[in-house]
Amino acid sequence: MLLQALAFYVFATVTVASAAMVVMSRNPVYSVLFLILAFFNTAALFVLIGAEFIAMILVIVYVGAVAVLFLFVVMMLDINISEMRQGFLKYLPIGIMIGIVLFAELLIGVGVIGDSSETLTALNAHGPQVLAGDNTRAIGRVLYTQYFYLFQVAGLVLLVAMIGAIVLTLRSRPGVRRQRVSEQLYRPRDQVLEVVKVPTRGGV
Amino acid sequence: MVADLLHFFTTHWLGQGIVIFAECLLVTGPLLLAVAYMTYVDRKVWASIQLRRGPNVVGPFGLLQPMADGLKLVLKETIIPSSANGILFVIAPMITFMTALVAWAVVPFGDGMVIADINVGILYLFAISSLGVYGIIIAGWASNSKYAFLGALRSAAQMVSYEVSIGFVLITVLLCAGSLNLSKVVLAQSGWFWNWYWLPLLPMFVIFFVSALAETNRTPFDLPMSEAELVAGFHTEYSAMTFGLFFLGEYANMILLSALGAILFLGGWMSPIPLEPFTWVPGLVWFALKIAFLLFIFSWTKGTLPRYRYDQLMRLGWKVFLPVSLFWVVATAAVLQFGGFLPVPGK
Repeated sequence: MLLQALAFYVFATVTVASAAMVVMSRNPVYSVLFLILAFFNTAALFVLIGAEFIAMILVIVYVGAVAVLFLFVVMMLDINISEMRQGFLKYLPIGIMIGIVLFAELLIGVGVIGDSSETLTALNAHGPQVLAGDNTRAIGRVLYTQYFYLFQVAGLVLLVAMIGAIVLTLRSRPGVRRQRVSEQLYRPRDQVLEVVKVPTRGGV
Repeated sequence: MVADLLHFFTTHWLGQGIVIFAECLLVTGPLLLAVAYMTYVDRKVWASIQLRRGPNVVGPFGLLQPMADGLKLVLKETIIPSSANGILFVIAPMITFMTALVAWAVVPFGDGMVIADINVGILYLFAISSLGVYGIIIAGWASNSKYAFLGALRSAAQMVSYEVSIGFVLITVLLCAGSLNLSKVVLAQSGWFWNWYWLPLLPMFVIFFVSALAETNRTPFDLPMSEAELVAGFHTEYSAMTFGLFFLGEYANMILLSALGAILFLGGWMSPIPLEPFTWVPGLVWFALKIAFLLFIFSWTKGTLPRYRYDQLMRLGWKVFLPVSLFWVVATAAVLQFGGFLPVPGK
């Protein structure tokens, strides 16, 4: 138990510290790397509370895919940091406001503020039933029965976003030579290949 | 006395810590030795393909060649380019090496012979293998050199693309096995060797192997370090042990993906023929033989095939492997559901 508590505090501290560094570091590449560290420690926290499926999905999706693209974009851009700093003070109050609102929501959700027992029971009534067995199976059972339509709708939203991304970036430029493998494979033999009998000392 | 010791190692946290540490050493030690001799076997196989002798000077049959190479890498000077980003430049090879090693925590070497027998073993391996790309991107960026950066970009795009099809391959296997636990995946394949998943899922096995080649940046997909265009790709600026860590990590990754192939498709530690004289051989030996077989195919491809063009590589990943594997996932699920082969949950 002691080790678990120790592990929790280590991971939690690193998460908060690296989240702060995401905002504060001068180099945007460092920001993304700290963001990855924060994701990773969050996954470790999920493992500690026994949600190993969510932890692994967090690492696969966010660290393995999303953050790689972030890193790609940030490395390719030539970002002028002093220009980015200009609006910092102007937007600071708004940022703090949003932070306070989110923090208050968190406190209410956990039950520190307000009538804790009532909020918690209300939350549990809406939440999924915790089933026995490993949590991959439990999540699957809830997701594909109780929330089946919502799950499908989420998939549709992603599909629309995907099609949108393709439509935005797809353009056919004239004058670009493209390889069409099917056309190459369907060419008849006499168009492509010619067997020449070269006479000795005659050349082609 | 013995009972006291047993009690200490199984219940006390310090004792448990010592046991886990010893287990890690027991896995990483032989693994690093295997990496060293994998380089030797690789060179011998290429040499045979090209009618050469390969390493044959250092030690009998050149068997001490990997040791000499390793010693050379350790003794050389580590050069950090003056325009490079010092911290990230040094961290990058460490990340590559570390991710290649930590993945071995969930690999079952035999029945119950596994450091961490976790419920989500396949997902863990998938997550860790998707981390390997960071070592390469960071190396390319921190080197502050155009060859390294281009190599890193190529490698990252390639690994992200082929990870998608590997993900679908994993999904079909876990559909058939009914579990994300690697030991249970192996146990689900028990029986004769035609019960292993390589036969019913043969197209997926091929896709897995080709994606594994792309994932480890091996020929014919070694564009990130294609020496004719990019010097040495993302590790152009690396020397001595920083390069050595990349090298070790790459080979450890190859062995890891071969082990994963052996677990998912070749029945892990199972004997191919479940009859008396064959079942006396320990499972570890069968597992090692299967890994060695897959590694031989790795070397064989490298000695045989020319390099792909980059757009062909991307086309293969996104336009061929992705639709085929997606279709195969749906087909497998349909056959399992309507053919009555669905694995019993909780078994």
